[in-house]
Amino acid sequence: MTAPATTPSRTLTVALIGNPNTGKSTLFNALAGMRSRIGNFPGVTVEKKVGRVEWDGNQIDLVDLPGTYSLAPRSLDEMVSVDVLLGRQSDISRPDAVVCIVDASNLERNLYLVSQVLDIGLPVVLVLNMHDVAQSRGVTIDAAALSQKLGIPVVVSEAHRRQGLDDIRRAIVETAERTERRPDSLFPALFNEECNALAGALEASGCDGVPTYLLERMLLDVHGYVESQFEDRTSNFDLEKHLTEARGRLREAGCRVPAVEAKVRYQWAREVLQDVVIRPKERPATGSDRIDRLLTHRVGGLAFFSALMAVVFMAIYAWAEPFMGGIEAEQEWVASLVTGQMSPGPFRSLLVDGVIAGVGGVIIFLPQIVLLFLFIALLEDCGYMARAAFLMDRLMTKLGLSGKSFVPLMSSFACAIPGVMATRVIENRRDRMVTILVAPLMSCSARLPVYVLLIALFVPAEEPVKRGLVLFAMYALGILVAIPVAWLLKKTFFKGETPPFVMELPSYKWPSPRIVLVRVYDRAQAFVTRAGTLIFATTVVVWAAAYFPGDHSQADRMQAEIEQIESSDKVDDQKRLDQLQRESNVLKGELIELSALGRLGHAIEPAVKPLGWDWRIGVGAIASFPAREVIIATLGTIYSLGGDVDEESKGLRGALASSKWPDGRPVYTTPVALSLMVFFALCAQCAATLMVIKRETNSWRWPIFTFVYMTALAYVAALLTYQVGRLIV
Amino acid sequence: MTTLDTLKKSDRATIVDVTGDDGIATRLMEMGLIDGEEIQLVGFAPLGDPIEFEVRGYRISLRAAEARRVVIQK
Repeated sequence: MTAPATTPSRTLTVALIGNPNTGKSTLFNALAGMRSRIGNFPGVTVEKKVGRVEWDGNQIDLVDLPGTYSLAPRSLDEMVSVDVLLGRQSDISRPDAVVCIVDASNLERNLYLVSQVLDIGLPVVLVLNMHDVAQSRGVTIDAAALSQKLGIPVVVSEAHRRQGLDDIRRAIVETAERTERRPDSLFPALFNEECNALAGALEASGCDGVPTYLLERMLLDVHGYVESQFEDRTSNFDLEKHLTEARGRLREAGCRVPAVEAKVRYQWAREVLQDVVIRPKERPATGSDRIDRLLTHRVGGLAFFSALMAVVFMAIYAWAEPFMGGIEAEQEWVASLVTGQMSPGPFRSLLVDGVIAGVGGVIIFLPQIVLLFLFIALLEDCGYMARAAFLMDRLMTKLGLSGKSFVPLMSSFACAIPGVMATRVIENRRDRMVTILVAPLMSCSARLPVYVLLIALFVPAEEPVKRGLVLFAMYALGILVAIPVAWLLKKTFFKGETPPFVMELPSYKWPSPRIVLVRVYDRAQAFVTRAGTLIFATTVVVWAAAYFPGDHSQADRMQAEIEQIESSDKVDDQKRLDQLQRESNVLKGELIELSALGRLGHAIEPAVKPLGWDWRIGVGAIASFPAREVIIATLGTIYSLGGDVDEESKGLRGALASSKWPDGRPVYTTPVALSLMVFFALCAQCAATLMVIKRETNSWRWPIFTFVYMTALAYVAALLTYQVGRLIV
Repeated sequence: MTTLDTLKKSDRATIVDVTGDDGIATRLMEMGLIDGEEIQLVGFAPLGDPIEFEVRGYRISLRAAEARRVVIQK
């Protein structure tokens, strides 16, 4: 190593691959540190994590591939890993080496993927992780013998204890210098002949130089992704017919597709492990097995699960509250600081009501995100998450989903943002998309103030049971609507064969604090940097719509006078202050009526009248699209109470109760309050959720779709509620 | 000859075949459920489905509909 450390002599691309639950992410974080870039592979929902590090004068781009049991792609998402390894992924150069991480306590099944990776032909380093677990189960592994048999370096590591990292780095740099070599085919000669014949046929139709691994995939994966990809590329060649006939010939010769692949690879794995691994004849009953018996028990398991979910829910619903209150207080403190330093005017309004409110509107979600992901990371790392999916699967199949959708949907009752982000555990794209699209229908905590305010309007306080029932009905509404929506989505946009729910139930282990913290940090950072900017922008846009056009000079003068009196401590001016405050509030109400937002409210009055609403409610509903909770403050401004009101405020309740149509009828009758609540229950009034959907689905199509379907649904349901309610009351 | 979903708790059996050539069959085989392998039923989820099995020294959960694809010999 003569090259100085500051100028790397060369850049190596290294891919990291392995089964789920092998500690792959832990190894990635240990090798790449916290400086990894997180994004999406273009056109898919698969997360792309690349870490750039320098070792021994080599610059290494470490690419984390999604955890998988096999490289037999059945969808575009699953194709990404194969494309990266074959150097067909445009945004990542062909890897110089592959690090394959395997669970030492479960080598045989892990070697299945290793065998496929070896077939691709890249230089491979095998990392034997969780060696301690294997040893505790009486399994001994001769790593040197394994390395010799496989012809590749084998490194023993305990990634969660950061052991073996230097050996892995050294092995990677050494291995990357090796030439690529495809091992001898494991498949019978006849299969290889069919591969050659297929290559010839494809070449004749204009596709030459197809990697052998892809040819094998076309033959092995019936209706697989590679087959469909090449079907589109070939002209005047019936690929499907060719493959069907080839598979027929193979079957006749006793080489049945797709069974042949599993057979030859597991046969190979067994031969490799012969004399390398010694394990006890009977798998000893472990502590993990005993815990599992309790936690999947018919009664005890469900009781534990319910208690645990109650705790998780309480955490994001109630425990996050003080932190959110703190953030709000902090935001108000900064706002008052700015207010004190500047005289009233458009620039101060932009800073306080646009910029500071926008930043606050992003940070306010962090306590819920951090708390939920703290629980999810803990449950995933200790192995319970798979059991939760196991327990809830039967229930969720009724929605056309799987058990893995339960935790994301339940979390959405507190807030859809962490809920949507939690759908990453669902590896099937269709299930994940449907879960994301129905998650915002769950009544989140931001809807509660709206419910509380409106219920207080038409259910007297003497009837707490009735109040509770109406509140419960609002929560139930979201679930009841989600069922047909999920069903419809499954029948239209996301139809296809039921995905397998073949799921490994990993052994229980103590969660590692380091892994948990890294995961929580990752999620929080992703939210702030990727969704935060968009949420911020939306807040500023709505601020502008509520501020312009309009002459604010008189209101600003009044505000300046109010602030002057307030700071001068003159008690005798209290009367003047009250009067000014009243006048200022009236003026602000008039200004919002004149603003773009107010005009829009008037313009849509014909559309919201059938819902029983006047233009004021229309403005409130429109202003609430970035964040539904602002309706309280908006209504406060419109009804000339100033913006500092909350759902318990007597003044706002009084103003709403005495609000009249021009002809003198009261606006807020029971059907109107119900129609407004139903609208808020079903409408996509949350820019943050839409931006997170954009980020998670890597497309504008789905947030737009969510917005349109939920708004349409909310409108129709509110219309029905009002019209039917009017007939009954 | 019967299928995997007919096993009772703690029953053991030997896998004979996995039927079909779709994604489910492929996944079952990738996870190591191939002929000659021994498999044991560990328990059922509270609502009777899915089912937990032990195969190749690890635990796996299958829905009854998926277990029905696995032909076994008791």
